[in-house]
Amino acid sequence: MKNRCQDSGVRCQLWLSSGRGCGEPAVVDVAPVSRPAHALFALAILAVIALPSHLPAQQSKPWEKIPIPTLHEFHPQQPKRIELKNGIVIFLQEDHELPFVSGSVLIPGGARDVDPSRAGLLGIYQQAWRTSGTANMDGDAMDSLLEAKAAHVETEGGEDSTSLSWDSLKGDADQVFSLAMDLLFHPKFSAEKLQLAQQQEATGIVRRNDDEDGIAEREAAKLVYGANSPYTRQPELATIATVTLADLQAWHDRTLKGKLIVGISGDFDAVAMEAKVRAVFEPLPPVTPEPPRHDEFAGPKPGAYFIDKEDVNQSNVQIVALGIDRHNPDVPAIVIMDEILSGGFGSRLFLKVRTQLGLAYAVGGGFELPYDHPGSFRVEVLTKSVSTVDATKAAEEEIAGLNTRPFTQDELQRAKDDILNSFLFRYDTREKILAERERLEFYGYPADYLETYRAALEKVTLEDVTRVAKEYIHPEKLAVLVVGNSSEIKPPVDALGMGAPQAIDITIPRPPRPKAPPTGEQQ
Amino acid sequence: MQSRSFSRLWIFSWSWTGFLALALAAACSGAHAQDLKSFEQRTTVKVLPNGLTLIICERHEAPVFSYTTFIDAGDVNDPTGESGLAHMFEHLAFKGTTEIGTKNYAAEKVALEKVEAANDAYEAEYLKPIGRSEEKLKALHQAFLDAQAEAEKYVIPNQFTEVAETNGADGLNAETGLDETQYFWSMPENRLELWAWMESSRLADAVPREFYKERDVVLEERRMRVDSAPIQRLVEQFLATAYVAHNYGRSEIGWPSEVSQINATEAMAFHKKYYVGGDVVVAIVGDVDAKTAMPMLEKYFSRVPGGPKPEEMTTVEPRQFAEKSVIIREQTQPFYIEGYHRPSYRDPDDAVYDAISDIMSNGRVSRLYRSLVEQQQIAAEAEGFSPFPGDKYPSLFAFYAVPLPGHTPAEMRDAIRKEIDKLKTTDVTDAELAMYKTRTRADLLRGLADNQGLASSLAEYQTRYGDWRQLFLELDEVDKVTKADIRRVANKVFVDSNRTSAEIDTEPPAADAKKDGGAQ
Repeated sequence: MKNRCQDSGVRCQLWLSSGRGCGEPAVVDVAPVSRPAHALFALAILAVIALPSHLPAQQSKPWEKIPIPTLHEFHPQQPKRIELKNGIVIFLQEDHELPFVSGSVLIPGGARDVDPSRAGLLGIYQQAWRTSGTANMDGDAMDSLLEAKAAHVETEGGEDSTSLSWDSLKGDADQVFSLAMDLLFHPKFSAEKLQLAQQQEATGIVRRNDDEDGIAEREAAKLVYGANSPYTRQPELATIATVTLADLQAWHDRTLKGKLIVGISGDFDAVAMEAKVRAVFEPLPPVTPEPPRHDEFAGPKPGAYFIDKEDVNQSNVQIVALGIDRHNPDVPAIVIMDEILSGGFGSRLFLKVRTQLGLAYAVGGGFELPYDHPGSFRVEVLTKSVSTVDATKAAEEEIAGLNTRPFTQDELQRAKDDILNSFLFRYDTREKILAERERLEFYGYPADYLETYRAALEKVTLEDVTRVAKEYIHPEKLAVLVVGNSSEIKPPVDALGMGAPQAIDITIPRPPRPKAPPTGEQQ
Repeated sequence: MQSRSFSRLWIFSWSWTGFLALALAAACSGAHAQDLKSFEQRTTVKVLPNGLTLIICERHEAPVFSYTTFIDAGDVNDPTGESGLAHMFEHLAFKGTTEIGTKNYAAEKVALEKVEAANDAYEAEYLKPIGRSEEKLKALHQAFLDAQAEAEKYVIPNQFTEVAETNGADGLNAETGLDETQYFWSMPENRLELWAWMESSRLADAVPREFYKERDVVLEERRMRVDSAPIQRLVEQFLATAYVAHNYGRSEIGWPSEVSQINATEAMAFHKKYYVGGDVVVAIVGDVDAKTAMPMLEKYFSRVPGGPKPEEMTTVEPRQFAEKSVIIREQTQPFYIEGYHRPSYRDPDDAVYDAISDIMSNGRVSRLYRSLVEQQQIAAEAEGFSPFPGDKYPSLFAFYAVPLPGHTPAEMRDAIRKEIDKLKTTDVTDAELAMYKTRTRADLLRGLADNQGLASSLAEYQTRYGDWRQLFLELDEVDKVTKADIRRVANKVFVDSNRTSAEIDTEPPAADAKKDGGAQ
């Protein structure tokens, strides 16, 4: 009864819970690689008794009579933090519930730091690093050894970092740790594995226009950041072909000099583990901090944009603007505003576009809140072709309504209750707490960020939300991207009143073939 | 349980179900609750007089709990002509009850009956094969809209979920699969009684408010998940071809013509038939004290109607003896999938299929990866998996591959066949078999520290085997799998006449323009 693949067999009631398009994803990233995640920790949390009381007076509410006792005291276990003289930071989180040990090393430097001519390097590197292996043990041998033990050593890469992680049963922990460290410091990049990685990347490139949502998210980001921004630069067949073994080695050597963050959790003894980890990392030279970035963020050119896709009967609409980053002191008020706009079933967008109008299954969005650079404000709605204009207008009205329809005390209370009463799910496991500490360390946030963040959320008032709506929501600055079937979209996107939509060409560039036959189509 | 890991960039999301098992006694540090015995000590099962089964598994790491309500009915139980009904009802289950979500149920009830009557009248005219009057249809449609607007006046939209969310519900969602419907979320532990009232209320006392709006929402969901997604389109056709009789071949989310005609009466009939105690298992995992909680839970969940367990489906897919293939020619990238019929999870060889799947597809050491991706370099991804699409009834063992640029579905097909043939002619190695067993055990162990996953697994196993312990005992079957078993099963199942294949052949743009009528 195992190994079930139910690709289309499982459908979710609440698409929002996948975390897409929301300022505060419900899902917490375990590995803090680049994406802003929101696992939060706090010290002892006592009772949170908040009864929703924002309903019409005449209804009898039997659920309000059900007692809610004081929440059991909870003292989330913080990892032990060790800062070495060379600047490397180590977190150790004991967890004896299950006989596993897992760890990771987070390394600054990611896709945004790659030279444009090598776009795709990160994707290739993250694969080839692990699959190549080391001089002691090539990747294939490592695979065989590890899989036989149900253990893993893996490498990943993202927007601003790469990482190497490992996990195993407790009995294999020492051996797997050694393997992981060997790979961390002494990879031997192989031409064969470079080629395999290039093939994987190439496959992704030629397929990137097959799925409507992939197109929409990618192109929406390009509208906000620019097509050639470090945050949106996409690999092309021509650029991935230029990546060499020397490039991989150089990338590795440079980034390993950065401030590494090591995190280990599981069934081990912290004293013994600390000694082992110190032995590996203490001898390293002082870390080289990442140079400060000087990116420019202009935001989208307002207006309507269109990408035609013939084989769909539903439009994917992205309404975007430039947003803010998490350092901004207005973040708590903005998060509450986002919750009012699109957090859950009771939110304005969901209520209007899905529940009342029945125009969408998937609708939502808000401010993405990256830790160290401005994110976008992004609202998306997926609707059948013929209701493209209606659904877009309805969503736009809700966005504008943040300024024209005053927030109510009920809305404020609902938003706060939603967020604050489920807050403890950001730190209800030791692994989540560890991941959060690693993330805060990586982005240079104070260790007690979650506490202060929570306290700030509690204090948000109606005036605050009204003020941030005024300051940060500007309908005239929005860009609207529609990906859909032009033959079915009636009335056409022009009916949005944003002028004739600008067509975006997403044709995948094919590099010139070295020996092109005179006839013959290609893929 | 249905933990969907989106590890593939462009293909299916897998639910690689990690099942819970007897821990490796030697590897255990001994003191911890990882084995069946310790689980038995902290797990309580009670079957209520109405047939509903409650399972409480205590885990006090944090002051939270997760639950799964597992209904033993899914898409496969949609009546003929009403595909999409089970899923539609799942959406309805969030609309509240006679007490929650309404300003005045007595008046609303009357209004909803009028909506239903208006819809019946409209539908009757709409479906007339001859003599349909467009004018009359328009008038009936307006009358329907008016009735709908009237009924809506009594609605407090989304109140049910709002109460859950404002009380700290996390991961609130539901899933309709072919074989079952699951409702789940996590909550702070001090909301246990509130949750019990809410969940038992909506199981016992559903109201089909906002039904027709929600039907539109479900149609959008279909457009998103299937119509506008190349591979899902293909898979829907693949399954419809592989099955000639059994409902596993029918669209899960519903054929557009059927799901767009479902009405509230049908949905409530489905609820009455299937949402009875004997079809329901509710599992709670977390910071719960079973002794003090059980009487309270029993009080609430006794409200679910008793009723006879619905009759079992009699349709059995007849043996396939004709090889079948499906070809979609369109401008999207190529893809290949093939499937072979296999018995249900009750078959004594169930673990053997898992072993084959593991050896063929699990990770970089798997046969399909090593052969198609690494050595031949013709595919970006290649795997075999089973059971698909469901597990309660006889299903398929499927293989798929994503061709590298410049390579074709035909190459995928040939390469996959070669790997399958090896299974039939040569034993797998001892190392491969041992790896399968070790990984299965470890996967199971890993799942034990996740409240939501555990709740789902406990509920599933209680339903499918009548005993949640099978979660652990299943390892015995895993241990018994032999190389000879794998060879025997491969020879039995992977035969040409038992095969259905489906592929996307990429067409250049010029030819596509000549086609009339694309995806519907």
